[in-house]
Amino acid sequence: MSVEDRFETHEYDVIVVGAGGAGLRAAIEASAQGAKTALVCKSLLGKAHTVMAEGGIAAALRNVWKEDGWDVHFRDTMRGGKLLNNWRMAQIHAQEAPDRVLELEEWGALFDRTKEGLILQRDFGGHRYARLAHVGDRTGLEMIRTLQQHAVHKGIDVYMECTIQRLLTDDGRVSGACGYWRESGKLILFKSRAVVLATGGIGKIYQITSNSWEYTGDGMAMGLDVGADLIDMEMVQFHPTGMVWPPSVRGILVTEGVRGDGGTLKNSEGRRFMFDYVPDFFRAETAETEEEADAWYADKTKRRTPDLLPRDEVARAINTEVKAGRGSPHGGVFLDIASRRDPEYIRRRLPSMYQQFRELADVDITKEAMEVGPTCHYQMGGLRVEADTAATTVPGLFAAGEVAAGLHGANRLGGNSLSDLVVFGRRAGLHAAEYALAQSVVPAVDDGQVKATTSAMLAPFETVGGQNPYTLHADLEACMQNLVGIIRTESELEQALDEIGQLRERLARVSVQGNRQYNPGWHLTLDLHCARIRPGESPVQPGLATHPRPALDADRRRGCHSLGDRAQGESRRAHPRRLPGPRSCLRPRERRDAPRRRRDARLPGAPA
Amino acid sequence: MPESGAQVTMRVWRGDADGGTFEDYQIPAAEGMVVLDVIHRIQATQAPDLAVRWNCKAGRCGSCSAEVNGKPRLMCMTRMNHFAPGEPITVAPLRTFPPIKDLVTDLSYNYQKAKSVPAFKPGPKEADGTRRMYQEDVDRVQEFHKCIECFLCQTVCHVIRDHEENKPAFAGPRLFVRLAALEMHPLDTNDRLGLINQQSGLGYCNITKCCTDVCPESIKITDNAIIPLKERVVTEFHDPVVWAWRKLTGRKKVELPVTSG
Repeated sequence: MSVEDRFETHEYDVIVVGAGGAGLRAAIEASAQGAKTALVCKSLLGKAHTVMAEGGIAAALRNVWKEDGWDVHFRDTMRGGKLLNNWRMAQIHAQEAPDRVLELEEWGALFDRTKEGLILQRDFGGHRYARLAHVGDRTGLEMIRTLQQHAVHKGIDVYMECTIQRLLTDDGRVSGACGYWRESGKLILFKSRAVVLATGGIGKIYQITSNSWEYTGDGMAMGLDVGADLIDMEMVQFHPTGMVWPPSVRGILVTEGVRGDGGTLKNSEGRRFMFDYVPDFFRAETAETEEEADAWYADKTKRRTPDLLPRDEVARAINTEVKAGRGSPHGGVFLDIASRRDPEYIRRRLPSMYQQFRELADVDITKEAMEVGPTCHYQMGGLRVEADTAATTVPGLFAAGEVAAGLHGANRLGGNSLSDLVVFGRRAGLHAAEYALAQSVVPAVDDGQVKATTSAMLAPFETVGGQNPYTLHADLEACMQNLVGIIRTESELEQALDEIGQLRERLARVSVQGNRQYNPGWHLTLDLHCARIRPGESPVQPGLATHPRPALDADRRRGCHSLGDRAQGESRRAHPRRLPGPRSCLRPRERRDAPRRRRDARLPGAPA
Repeated sequence: MPESGAQVTMRVWRGDADGGTFEDYQIPAAEGMVVLDVIHRIQATQAPDLAVRWNCKAGRCGSCSAEVNGKPRLMCMTRMNHFAPGEPITVAPLRTFPPIKDLVTDLSYNYQKAKSVPAFKPGPKEADGTRRMYQEDVDRVQEFHKCIECFLCQTVCHVIRDHEENKPAFAGPRLFVRLAALEMHPLDTNDRLGLINQQSGLGYCNITKCCTDVCPESIKITDNAIIPLKERVVTEFHDPVVWAWRKLTGRKKVELPVTSG
C-alpha cells in the first residue's frame, strides 16, 4: 500500500506554507495566476505574527514629504542593513512597496489619513522621511485582516492548525510536503508542483523575545534539508524597545512608533543618551543637539534625532547604558513620550501601547515613562533567494518574508518588514505559479521520504528518556539569550555551540506524554527537532539554533552582529561605503573571493 | 492579589468532545503574572499535554480566549492580581463552541460565517487616480477594524450560547461588526442589506450588550455596529414612508440616512 492510500492526500499546483502577510499575499497571487493553491498554517488564520506588527509599512508614497522617492528608500534600506543587503532586492522593494500599499487600500484597508484625505505616513528609525503608512499602532492587524478577507473569496483552500514537517523532493525538484494536523495528530500529505515557504523566523529560541511559539525556524530547516542555501544566519535583530517589567511580559514589543511620534530614550540620570552613541557611519545625518533633534520632526532639512538611529545601534546603546549602571530599576532604560506629547495625541496615535502598559504593567504612558530594553525581534538571515523571482536554489521551492534573506542585510529598518511581505510575497506567488503551471507532470512522491518523516514524528512517543521538552526549550532559550545576545564574544559563541551539542543529545531522550490529539508537548518536541538541534547532526549545520557558527567569522561583524571586543564600524571593511554590486548576492565565501568594485559611487539621496 | 511565591490553585477543564472534568493544579504566583503564564507553567511542570491556543501574548491576536471564573476573557490580558487571593481560579474553554481538547475549541463556525460575507468592492477612483478619504470618515470603520477575532463576543451571545439550533441562521456579533465595517466603508459599493436582514439573523439580536461588555478592544459592538445596521434594515425593508415613496415614484433605491453613534 502506497503512502497516498494510507494518509490524507491532496494535490495542488502551489502550496504556501505560512499564513502571515507573505504567505497570504503569495497565495492570493498564485491563485490569481490560475494555479490551484493551498495555504497551510500552524495557527488559525489571521493569528500569524504579522498581526503583531505595530508601527507601519514603509513605502515612499510621497504623501507627506514630496522629497521622498524610491531611491531615498533604497538608500535608507541599504545603509540600515550596513550594505550587506542584496541590492537588487532592496531596489525592487523600494520601487514596488507603494503599489502594494495602494493595493491593500483597494482591498479595503483603512490607513490613517492626511488632511488631504491620502494615506498618512509616520517617522521611523533609519528612514529619512516620514514614510510609514499606518493605522495607529496596529498596522499589522489591518494588513493581515485585509489579506485574509481578500483571500477568503479567492478559492484558496486553507489548512489551519496544520504543521508542515518536511518538504518532499523528486530528483532534486520539490514534489510536495508532509506534516500533521495539530488537532488530531494525523499525517497529511500534499503533492504539489511548487512550494512557497513563508514560515517566518527563529525568535522563539531566545528567552526575551517579541515572537510567539510559532517562530521555530521551520522553513529554514526544511529548506536546508532539501538543499537550499542559508545566508546571514548570525544576523538576528534585537528590537531596542521591549517591555522589561513585570517579568511575565518581558520582551513584549513597544513600537518604534513611540519614538517616531516624539518619544525619547533616557537613562536613570535623565540624560538623552543616544546623542553619545552616534556612529561615524550616521554622523553626517544625525542631529547633535536636542534642539536640532526636536526640530527634525517638523523640518526635514534638520538632521534626524539619534533616538531614531537604526535598531542595531539603539539596542547596543541601551545595552551599554544598562551595563554601565545607568539603567532603570528593572534593567532597562526609560522611554518617555508623556512629557513630550499631550495625552490625547498619545492615546490616538498609540492606543495599543496605552492599553498594553495600563493593563499589563500598571503604567499610564500619558503620565509616566515606560521602562524598555532590547528584545529578540527578527532574523535578517534565512533562505537565499533570487531577487526577482523569490526562487531558492531548489527547483520549485520559493521563499518570501522573514524566512528569506537578502533584503535587510545586517539589520532591518522598522516598517520594511511589512512591505517586504507584500512585495516579495506577491513575487513568490507569481513565480511559483508560473513555475508550477509550466510543469507538465506532477513530480512523484517518494514513499521512503514520507515514511521516514512519519517515524521521526512518532518516535518521541516511544522514547523512554525522561527529558521534558519544555525544560529543554527553556535551556535552549537561556543558552541563546546569555551567550548569543546583542554583544557576542568568541569564547561565548564557542561555549554556546558546546551547550547546543549537549541539548542535541538530550533531545534524543525527550519523552512525550499523552496521545496525538492536540498535544502541545509533542508539538514542541517536533518544533525543537525543526530547530535543528537534532541528534547526530554536525554542529556546523547553520540552522536555527546554531547560528553561532557563522557568527564566529569575525569578518562579518556588522549591523546586528557585534563582537564585543571591537567597536562596530571600526574598520572600513566592516562598513563598506561603496554602492554594493552583485557581490552582495553571493555567499560569504564567494563574496570574499569576488573582485571588489572600484567605483566609490555616492548613494542617491545622500545629504550633500 | 496573591503574594509573590504564594501558591495559587488553578481549576482547569481537561477533556475532549466526549466530556471532561476540572482538575486542580497548584502553581507558585509571580509578580505581574497573567492567566496564560500560569497555564504555561502548568504545561511545563505538570501537564505537558494541556491543550491551549496562544500566539502574541499581548492582546493582539485573540487566540487565547477562555472562560476565566465563568467570564470570557483573553488569558494573556487577565492579570492574576485581578482575583481574590486564596480562591481557586477556574479556566474553561469557550462554551459556545464544540470542545476539541482542554481549552481548545472548534471555531470553524466563525470562519464559515466569514466566508458568507460578500467581499469589499470599491467604487471608481478619484480623477487624479487616488483614493481620498478623510480621517473623520474612517474613524468609525477603524473602530471596527480593531477587532482581533477573539470571538469572545460570539461565545457570550445568548442567541447561540445555549442554542446550537440558532447557529445556521445567525452570524453573531463578530460578523455584525464585519458587516458594519463594510457597510460604512467610504469606498464600498456592495449591497449587503438583504443578507444582513435575512441570512445573518440580525433580528435575533435584542441588544443586551453582552458582546460589548466582553470586547477586549472596547469596540462598541451594539451601539456602533448592530443598532445602525438594524436602523438601515428598517429603513430599507420596513419603513412605511419609504414604501409609499417607492410605490408612488417607482424607484427601487432610496438614499439611506447616514447613521453614526
